[in-house]
Amino acid sequence: MNETLTEHILEVEEVVMAFGGLMALINLDFQVKKGMIKAIIGPNGAGKTTLFNVITGTFPPTEGAVRFKRQSIETLKAHEIAKLGISRTFQTVELFTNMSVLENVMVGCHTRTRSSFIASGFRLPQVTRKEAQIRSKAMEVLEFIGLTNRSAESADSLPLGDRKILEIGRALATEPELVCLDEPAAGLNETETQAAADLIKRIKEKGITILLVEHDMKVVMDISDEIMVLNYGEKIAEGIPEEIQNNPKVIEAYLGGEENDA
Amino acid sequence: MEEFSFASQLFQYLITGLTVGSVYAMVAIGFNIIYNVTEIINLAQGEFVMLGGLIMVFLHAVAGLPLILAFPITVILVTLVGMLLDRLAIRPIRQPSVLTLIIATIAASIIIKGTAMFIWGKDPFDLPAFSGRTPINFLGAVIQPQYFWVIGFLIVTVILLTLFFEKTIIGKAMSACADNPDAASLMGINVKWMILLSFSLSAAIGAVAGITVTPISLMEYDRGAMLAIKGFGAVVLGGLGSFPGAILGGLILGTIESFGAGLISSGYKDAFALIVLLAVLFFRPSGLLGSVEISKIKRF
Amino acid sequence: MLRIRKLPIVVFGLFIIVFPWIAGQIPAIGNYPDLMIFAGIYCLITIGLSLLMGYAGQISLGQAAFYGIGAYISAILTVHFELNPWLCMVIGTLIASAVAVLVGVPSLKLRGHYLAMATLAFGIIVFIVFNEEIEWTGGPDGMSGIPGLSLFGFEFDTVLRYYYLVWFFVFAAFIFTINVIQSRSGRALRAIHISEAASSAMGVNVSRFKIVVFVYSAILASLAGSLYAHYLNFINPSTFDLFFSIKLLIMIALGGMHEVWGAIVGAFLVTFLSFEWLHFFEEFEVIVYGIILLLVTIFLPHGLVGIPGIVKGWFRR
Repeated sequence: MNETLTEHILEVEEVVMAFGGLMALINLDFQVKKGMIKAIIGPNGAGKTTLFNVITGTFPPTEGAVRFKRQSIETLKAHEIAKLGISRTFQTVELFTNMSVLENVMVGCHTRTRSSFIASGFRLPQVTRKEAQIRSKAMEVLEFIGLTNRSAESADSLPLGDRKILEIGRALATEPELVCLDEPAAGLNETETQAAADLIKRIKEKGITILLVEHDMKVVMDISDEIMVLNYGEKIAEGIPEEIQNNPKVIEAYLGGEENDA
Repeated sequence: MEEFSFASQLFQYLITGLTVGSVYAMVAIGFNIIYNVTEIINLAQGEFVMLGGLIMVFLHAVAGLPLILAFPITVILVTLVGMLLDRLAIRPIRQPSVLTLIIATIAASIIIKGTAMFIWGKDPFDLPAFSGRTPINFLGAVIQPQYFWVIGFLIVTVILLTLFFEKTIIGKAMSACADNPDAASLMGINVKWMILLSFSLSAAIGAVAGITVTPISLMEYDRGAMLAIKGFGAVVLGGLGSFPGAILGGLILGTIESFGAGLISSGYKDAFALIVLLAVLFFRPSGLLGSVEISKIKRF
Repeated sequence: MLRIRKLPIVVFGLFIIVFPWIAGQIPAIGNYPDLMIFAGIYCLITIGLSLLMGYAGQISLGQAAFYGIGAYISAILTVHFELNPWLCMVIGTLIASAVAVLVGVPSLKLRGHYLAMATLAFGIIVFIVFNEEIEWTGGPDGMSGIPGLSLFGFEFDTVLRYYYLVWFFVFAAFIFTINVIQSRSGRALRAIHISEAASSAMGVNVSRFKIVVFVYSAILASLAGSLYAHYLNFINPSTFDLFFSIKLLIMIALGGMHEVWGAIVGAFLVTFLSFEWLHFFEEFEVIVYGIILLLVTIFLPHGLVGIPGIVKGWFRR
């Protein structure tokens, strides 16, 4: 049981995120072990999405460091971080509504291929070949998430449940080692939520580490290996699901939240 | 003696700059009023100034009305144009997006400009100065009295607007609309009327600017575009949505333009304001008095 | 899947090839090939704009500047320095590219109105430079004596020859652009249009793509400008004013911003309106353009090429 053998794929060190006078994240410090599902929970406004934005490079932290596979990434831009192997979904589903389901996933394949603007314009054979590769890779992903039969449909014609699944699929197409899912079950009914949870479990089986922001406690308790609780930008608890369930600080933080969560 | 005349030359540029800047400030105030209530940038704003000048010329020189009568009638007519702009160009748009609204206001400005060209042709027109053209000697500079009329009308406009927004019920309703249209409509404020009012006010202010500046710089049909762009420069310089910012931005922009044209190159006169606009957009888009928080408040 | 069908392109190509012969048979449209040269030159610009504004979702209200840069570089270098016109054309595109980067990079952080006004201001500044730098550009009086184009002794000195030259360029640009649209790069641009955040998260270098597409549109506009200069053998600044940038806007709005065919349709229509159909109503010309733009914005946000889609929508109900 050698601790050093269990790799920490993500390390967040004393991260502070301040927007003017507003402290969104305060001395946040935690690690994510490779291959686990770690859930981040907390009342609305606790800073969860801000945390995702810092990790995935939307903006750099005011202070502190983020390390991915030992490499500092807090100053990198979002597309560079995607290339390193971190992907994400968004709280408000940000699908490319001007494209089909398949094309959305194909954009996910963007970071694993290279082709220049000029080569594309001249339709060089290597470009056509890579495009075929992208296409088949995207179809594989669609198969994995179960949306093959809707591949040609416009992304905005899908019901919410499928849209959330598609967004996860798009993130998977980047071949990530760590994927950050921002409220994948929000707004879904029981069947859809179950489908999303199953998909997340299957993603874990592929060896991909998952960081999960979620309000649906059933899902969180069901699939998470570890849970971290944020409140007002600070970590107030961390541990396995059973520990968190019975943690008095967590219960207190949620007492206001419970009224909002139906 | 040389130094004295150079100093007075500089002072001349300053007064000219403040005068021109007053026009830009009024255009900028008009921009802000519409923006604060609707989040639309009305690129036809400059056309109100142009119409103010040309309609006034028509009423006075052609219809023979005395200045003091033609002034309010012109303002009313231009206000009507502003209302038409809202009704015919803005309101019909079913899926407003930033680009669509920009294009719509550009279209409106072309229509207004084209109509002006049709009615008045391409020649510039003049108006008699309100209190004559005997230059005033002021601290060594020789200044046309009309300059003071322009600056004076800016001051009057600012005072009237401040009273309007802070003391009258309609004005306060408009401020409420700017802060939170949903809450405002829940309280019974008719947001559509407020939008119409914002266009009307902006048009009226533009008209005043046009009327007062025509005796100085004449007015022709195609002056609107540059006025709008420079007015926008004043807006951004001062901070989008900020009332004092519009005044400050306008005056500073006018002064920079005046000094630039006088000291560096008169051919590039228009370019100075544009360069300032680009510089602000590139380096400090929130402007002098603006900031994320202030733009959220959107006070007049 | 975004598939731009090949057949219409082939048909259109055949039409372009055959058209001068048709025009030769019908005296009433005998001058049309000359108009088509202008239509082609405008198509070059609008194709680039279509990719920039329609697909990538950016804004440029100052394209006339690049059109002018191409024209003036070609004019200045051939008239003052007697360089090879083709070389000058290339130099023009290089300078236009450099200017595009110079303006584009600081504009990356701008959105919406701010971006629109920045491009507007840029366009006007370039126009003022054309007017003021009289030593180089001849100022408001313009520059004349610009040589024509020739290749290995073959002179493009008739309307017919220049027609085919211009349309060769147009088809080259059209096909290149369509290839880009249907490629990974095109997908990236379309993704950027909808969500820059999601695009970055998928590894798209949003800034680089924005600059690349802006430079591309500048290069096409510059080529158009050079072709224009060598055709008329005379240029003056008024061609490259703010109103031309707005005319370009009308072209793509009328034709349809969201499809590259819209660029062709729009350029054609406005060219013919400009030179032929509105000629009798010169006084109304500006008003008509404004009304067209307004009506299109209100009733046909997807332009004329969007009409088949609207009709299909009716039948679906």
